[in-house]
Parts: sequence; structure tokens; C-alpha cells
Amino acid sequence: MRCIGVIMLKLLNKYAQKLVVHGLCAQDSPLVGGVNDVVLWNRKDPRSAELERIITGLNINSMIFARPVEPFASILDYHCRNSESEFVPEDTETRTFLHSIPVARTLTATEIIPLLQKRTGCVIEGQGIICSGTVSPEQAFVVFSSIIFSAFVKFFVDFAYALHSGTADEEAKNMLPELLAAYDQFLPTSPATALETGPFSMPDEILQAMITAGQATVDARMVDSFFGNISYFANEHVYISQTGSSMDELASCIDACPLDNSASTGITASSELVAHRDIYLAGDQRAILHGHPKFSVIMSMLCFEHNCENRGKCHIRCNKQRFVDDIPIIPGEVGTGPRGLSHTLPPAVQGRRGAIVYGHGVFTVGKHDFCTPFANLAKIEKSCREAYLKLITESASLPRF
Amino acid sequence: MHGWCGKILRVNLGDQTTDELRLDPQIYARNLGGKGLAGELLFEHFQRRWDDPQMPLVLMTGPLNNTSSPTSGRMTVMSRSPLTGTICDASVGGKMGTMLKRAGYDGIILSGKSRSWSGLLISESGVSFTDATQLNGLGISDIHTHLQAAPGMGKAAHAMIGPAAEQGVRYAAIVFDGHYFAGRGGLGLVMAEKKLKYISVAGQQKTAVFDSEELKGAQEEIYRLVAASPILTGDLGISNYGTGALYDLMRSRRMMPTANFRQTYFEPSAAMNAAAYKKRYKTKKFGCAGCHILCKKVGAKGEIIPEFETMSHFSALIGNPDLDAVVEANRICNEAGMDTISAGVTLATYAEISGQELGPEKLLKLLADIAAGRGEGAALGQGSLHFATEAGCPEVAMVSKGMEFPAYDPRGAQGMALAYATSTRGGCHLRAYPISHEILRKPVATDRFSLSGKARIIKISEDMNAVVDSLTACKFLFFAASLEEYARALYAVTGMQTSAQQLLTIGERIYYRERIMNARNGFSAKDDDIPLRFFEQSGSSSETIQIAPVNRQEFLQERAAYYRIRGLDENGLPTAEKCAALGLSC
Repeated sequence: MRCIGVIMLKLLNKYAQKLVVHGLCAQDSPLVGGVNDVVLWNRKDPRSAELERIITGLNINSMIFARPVEPFASILDYHCRNSESEFVPEDTETRTFLHSIPVARTLTATEIIPLLQKRTGCVIEGQGIICSGTVSPEQAFVVFSSIIFSAFVKFFVDFAYALHSGTADEEAKNMLPELLAAYDQFLPTSPATALETGPFSMPDEILQAMITAGQATVDARMVDSFFGNISYFANEHVYISQTGSSMDELASCIDACPLDNSASTGITASSELVAHRDIYLAGDQRAILHGHPKFSVIMSMLCFEHNCENRGKCHIRCNKQRFVDDIPIIPGEVGTGPRGLSHTLPPAVQGRRGAIVYGHGVFTVGKHDFCTPFANLAKIEKSCREAYLKLITESASLPRF
Repeated sequence: MHGWCGKILRVNLGDQTTDELRLDPQIYARNLGGKGLAGELLFEHFQRRWDDPQMPLVLMTGPLNNTSSPTSGRMTVMSRSPLTGTICDASVGGKMGTMLKRAGYDGIILSGKSRSWSGLLISESGVSFTDATQLNGLGISDIHTHLQAAPGMGKAAHAMIGPAAEQGVRYAAIVFDGHYFAGRGGLGLVMAEKKLKYISVAGQQKTAVFDSEELKGAQEEIYRLVAASPILTGDLGISNYGTGALYDLMRSRRMMPTANFRQTYFEPSAAMNAAAYKKRYKTKKFGCAGCHILCKKVGAKGEIIPEFETMSHFSALIGNPDLDAVVEANRICNEAGMDTISAGVTLATYAEISGQELGPEKLLKLLADIAAGRGEGAALGQGSLHFATEAGCPEVAMVSKGMEFPAYDPRGAQGMALAYATSTRGGCHLRAYPISHEILRKPVATDRFSLSGKARIIKISEDMNAVVDSLTACKFLFFAASLEEYARALYAVTGMQTSAQQLLTIGERIYYRERIMNARNGFSAKDDDIPLRFFEQSGSSSETIQIAPVNRQEFLQERAAYYRIRGLDENGLPTAEKCAALGLSC
């Protein structure tokens, strides 16, 4: 039993630490619990007893409870104050996986259990986020991170629309300077380790280049939890990160998929394999990087077209040609469905640095290696942040940020 | 009532009478349908032998059948297994689930024994019995063609048994609409024992839906997740390649059962993958009513392409490198109406004990002999454990509770070791399916070489799949969607306010009831086990992948944890306290 308990504790500590390393929580905040036949915690905390009552009331195997750092904590509290029982962001993360984000007022089993019976995570006003998993604390980590992402995007999208329509509330306006200042630490940075320069042809060097670029993308805060993906094209194979793999843990999580589909080993490859493959087949690109930088997602969701027939369906349909600089904003859902980005993305990136998929994220391409895609991912995010600040400054008599 | 019809057809084959059973709505709400409701109805009968005429064979739909809820075409068949003596339920596709609801029934309870081979015709206008003697000895496709030709039955759903069931094969299946198998555990033999050759059902009724707009919303959520799933709809996924898409993965992970589980890697398998079938047979897709994934594949000349388990067991497990022989072996089993997994493992047991290599010719001959009950086939038709025990070496049978293992070696995905052991119907992959997280990374990846923490994961998955089989939905969908989305669909169809976690509680009760039924028939911890081979011998390691034996002590620790988590005693038996908590009689 001791051996098995040690393995579980290692897993709990891994995700507690990951919340800190990703800059989502302060060092002493995450409480991560794992359950087999007994409950184990990554650390002692007076709230564990109540959390264990919650665990007992659910059929789960893991739980995370933590207060995020600023600006996320204030944004979550803002949403809590302005929501009766839940709030519903409109980004892809929420649309596809979260559906809605329930709100609680107290950390009590009585209040939390009914919410976690329905959803895998909820926000507790003034206290933080609580999430569960049925297989691994990684699920709870992913939900935690997604809630932060979606809540952040919703705040800035809602605020821009409210400013535009003259309905922005004073509370949000007053919060804005501090939120933006606190978010400075999350702006893209240069990679700590230089990315490998290509072109690459040997499988080992391809995998290493992908591992380095994936880690750099996470370090630069351009992707959350296990979202995003990365690929390289060589030797008639698409080397691509596996579905649900963390970009900062790509070793042994890359599938080599033959172009002729002569093997289906890559069934575990990213859901965007077809989109990546078709980009490679349509031109001379060899590297693709996909992240979820927040201001790019925010800008993709801001369109002020009057009486647009596609309002509310922008994620699947758009008649306009929209751009941030030279980067197109396109519709498309995750995957290969009839409204999937596998249809919209490949033509959109032809002859361009990349594209932004509505409410979802940014794809950038490179002809030799990941240096250009990485740099462009950061540049696009920078441009989008600047465009956003310009937009809200012009929409109201706000000071320049 | 929304979702459910509110009536179940009871058929006494002995005196050819029928009546309708109307249950309290609370019973529907507590059991949902499918596996849950069938288990509820079988509970009082469960100490009967499988061949007791009063032992019911139950066909049960779920609340989502005959609605636009995704993959709502499935249903459950349940009774006691002639192969294992355990409870035995099978989730089956095709259109019978849809058609039964259209005929106005949630399910059928079959009991009694006909004096001669008979058929059962069910429609909105009534139920009638037919003489089916003329179908004896015919293969499944001929029977199906015959049934479809009956007046007014061209678009009906048909369930039938083939020659294997007539010959007493203990892993005989019930075949639906010619292609969909209630395959495991010998449910076809239960039907044969009742002298019931076929059931045809036609109807046109609509199922009342509580909130159509809400159902549309749930449907959109589920379709969105399916579209985002590489395993289901990706270029290399099940929609394009069938379940055979898993074949390469098992090969590359070095966990493909080979030579009766003595090895885990089969060298010729690289040329026998799903892509090879697609290329050679120019496959097209088809599938169940109400499903857009269409996981089944058929060749340009009508050849039925084997499912993953069949591809694997008729190649690696018995050492056959001939693709065409795999297709032909599959055809023989399909025509005879017998389970390919049990057939494959039983032949592998035969090969190991006799020391023979099964070339294509021998393989096909033995399968035909099993189906016909002749020569060595008669003994092989009794299953792997029976055959190995008769030969004096039961340890060679790769089974749990007497049911043969499918094509996942537990040394390459160790959660599978516990899942096989705790499965209420024996060596089955579908109860907990840890392959989902250990190999396919859904919902997230877990360490496939560790049993740590797997007890609770297995328990939760068993509960979840009990719900899926009760709704009755397709397990494949849960590589993408979750009970969160299906709780919404269930509410939309029935008006039943529920949540993912509340559904899991229903699943827990359904699964615990199966443990009670098995315990009543003498099953305990001694049966929750897998063969020693997996604890003592390594698999086929490579330079980078070590396939070590499962650690026996860790397995027993984790099984003990499983018992504590599920509320069983140290011997794996139900406790009065847990029964009371779940509202079950112990």
C-alpha cells in the first residue's frame, strides 16, 4: 500500500506544482486531493475536512481547490458578483468542454456537491476554483486552467462590447488598470532555451525540436493546460503531438503519421491532424504551432458588424473577411466535422504567417523549424493586445494603457 | 410518460401466451432501461440455471431509443450465461432497439420453452408465433434474407440464432439484422434452449420527447465533442477504419495477445492492419440506426470486415499471417452466429495444448467443426476453460470466470488486469475499459504500467458504463462525450432532472446488483482473478518498451482496495450495509 500511496502523492504534487509553475497559483495555494480507497492530500490544510465531505458525496478520484493569482482571482470574483448561479463564456473551451461555469458562495459540501454533480468545476466567490477528476488529477488541472482562461476571455470580450454599446459598468472600468498591470507577467516572453534551427530530417531531431518548442510555448504563456498542438512534416510523415498531451510534456507524446494513412497508430494524434496535414500538402510549410494566447482569442471574438445574420454563430460561420494586421480571423470548430477548422484553416494560412480561429486560438506556420512560428505566435498576441487596448481606448474616454 | 413506452412485453414460449408488464415510473427512473432494467427484472430469477425454462431472456431498450439522441439505436440482451454461469448482458447495435420502441414496447421478457423451433412476430397490431423449423441449419445471412422477405417485414428488425446455437456452442450469439452481435457469454444458446429461432419486430410509433429544443442542444454538444475526437472521427479513427483502427496501436504498444498470450508482439501484424483491409477490400462504412460514426466496414464484394478483436485473435493469437483467412474465419463465425473472441481464444488454447500450429486451412476447418458440433469442434464449442480442464491443464485457458479474454494483454495496460478480474460477466474489456485512458488518452492519460489508484478508476468506469448500457448509448461515444452531456439528453427526452454524478449513483446500484446475483450463484474473490501466466511471464519487450509481468502483490492490494471502494467484504461479497444504502435486497 505504501508504494501505491507514494505514487499517488507524487501525482498530486506534480499538479500542485504545475499550477504554480504555470503562474496560475501562489506556491502555498493549491490543495490537490487524490482518492483510491483513502483520500490523500498534497499538504495539510484546515479546509481538507470539508473538501473530504465533498469528495465523499461524489464518485470521483481527484480534486483541486486553489485561489488563482491576480488578475484571475479578481476577474473570477467579478463574474461571481455578476452571476446568479453560473456564467457562460462563449469561447471554444467553454462551448466544447465546460458548457457553463457554476458559481458558489461558500466552501461547504452542501453547496458544492450539487454543482460538481453537474459540472466538473465551479468558482467559489472570494475563495477560488474547485474541480474534480474521475481518472486523474490532470482532469481537475485542465478544468482549473480552462476556467481561468474562459473567465479571462469573457471579461475582456464583455467589457469591449459593453463599452461599445455604452453599457460598461463602473466596477469593470475601475478594475481594468490593475487587471492589465497584473497580466503583464503573462505576456509572451522569448524562449529561455534557443529553439533548434531546421530543416530537420532525422526523427530524433524532429522530436527534440518539437519538445523544445512545446516547452517554450508553455513558458511564454501562449497555451494553457494541455490545449494547443504542434507538428512537423518530414519523410512523408506528419509528426504531431498526441491528443490531450501537455505541450510542456511532449516526450513520448508525439505520433508519426504516414501521409498515405498506411498505419493508424496515429489514432491518438491531435484532433487537428487533418488540418495540419492539409496545410503541409497545400504548400511548402514544414512546421505548425498552435497556441491559445488570450488576447488573440479575445480579439477574434470582437466584431461590431450591425445586424449581422451570423450573430451568435460566428464560431461556425462568417461572411466577412476579418484580420488583425495580416492575420485572418476564421470560423471553425475543433476537429473534422462539417463545420470543423480542418476545412477553414488550411486555405486561410496559404501565403500567410498564420491564422486566428474564432474563440479558439492561433495557428502559425514555418518553412524550416519552429523559430518563425514561435516568433509569430508571440507577435500576433502582442498585436492583438495592442489592438484591444486601442479599441477600448477609442470606445470610451478611458486613459491610454 | 416521455422517453419510455411504459410497457414491456412478456412472452411465455411454453404455452405461447403474452401479456404486458407495466412498471411503476420510479422503477424506470432507478434503472433507466437496458442493462439496468433488465437486471431489475432478472433479479428474482437469478438462482435459476441458464437452461431452466423459467430463466428469462430479456431484451431491453433505453429511454433514448427512437429519439434523435446520438447513438440511440442500441439495446441490451440479458440472462444467465451458459459459458460462465454469471449474469450476462450484451449491448447490441442495429435497429432492434429503435423498432421495439416503435412497436410500443420498452422490452421483451422471454420465458418458457417452445415445443418446436418457433419464431416471434411483434408489431403494433399484435404478437404472433410462427413455426421456424424450416430455418434450422441455415446460416445467418440466409435466415436474415428469409425474414426480410416475409410480408411487411422488409424494414423490420430481426434477431436470430444460427447453427452454432442449435449445436449447443456455449459462446453462441444472438445476431441482430444480420450483422450486429449480442456476442459474448452464449446468449444465443439461451435463446436456442427456448427453441426460439428468431424475433421480428416492426412498428411506426414515435417516442414522446419531453423537450425537443433541449434535446437539440444536447445533441449539438455531443456532436461537437465527437467531431473533436480523433479516435472517433479523425482521419485515422474508427469512423474511417472501424474498430480495427486499434490494431496498429496494440502492435506499437507491444500488447497484442500472441500465441495464446504467451507473447505480446506478432511480427506479421504490420501488414495486417486496418489500412491493409481497407486497401485490399475497398471498404465502405455502415452502422447502427441513429449513429453517424458508422464503425462497421464492408468490402466492395460484400465481405464483412472483421472488428478489431477478431482481426487480432484470428491473426496474432493463433499465429495466422493470412489476411484472407481472417476474413473467412470471421465469415464462418458470423454465419454460424458465434462469438469470435471466445472462438479465437479457444482455438489458441487448443493450439497450445496440442502443440499444433493452426495454418489457415486448419483454422477454418476447426471453426466450421465448432459451428457444426462435429469432431473436435464439439469439445471446442464448450469454451476454452472446459476444453483445457478436460485436457488436464485449466491454467492454459486465458479466461476470467470462464470467459475468454479479448485482444488487450493486461501486461501492456495493467488496469485491464483488474478490470478483467472484477468484471461481472468474466473476461470482458467493456465493463471498465481502462484502455480508454491507459492507451487512448481519454479523458486523460494514465500510467499503463501501474496499478496505482486504478481500483477507484475501475469502479467509477464500471458504474459509468452501466449507465451507458442502460440509457442505451454507445460506449465509443464516451471517448468524446461524457455523462454530463448525456444527462442533458436524458432530461430532454424524459424530463428526469439528473446530473452526471447522479447517473453514476444509478450505475453503482446497477453494478452492485450484478455482484449480488453472482454472489448468490457462488462467485467470490476466488473468481475475481486472472491466470497466473500474467503474473509470472513477461510479454514481448522491445528495446524501448518493457512488458513486465503484473505484480501479483500490487494486484491483490488493488483488488482489496476495489472491494473496499465498492462496499464489498474481503471476499468480494456484498454487505448488508451497502445493500441497504443502495436500496437493494442482499
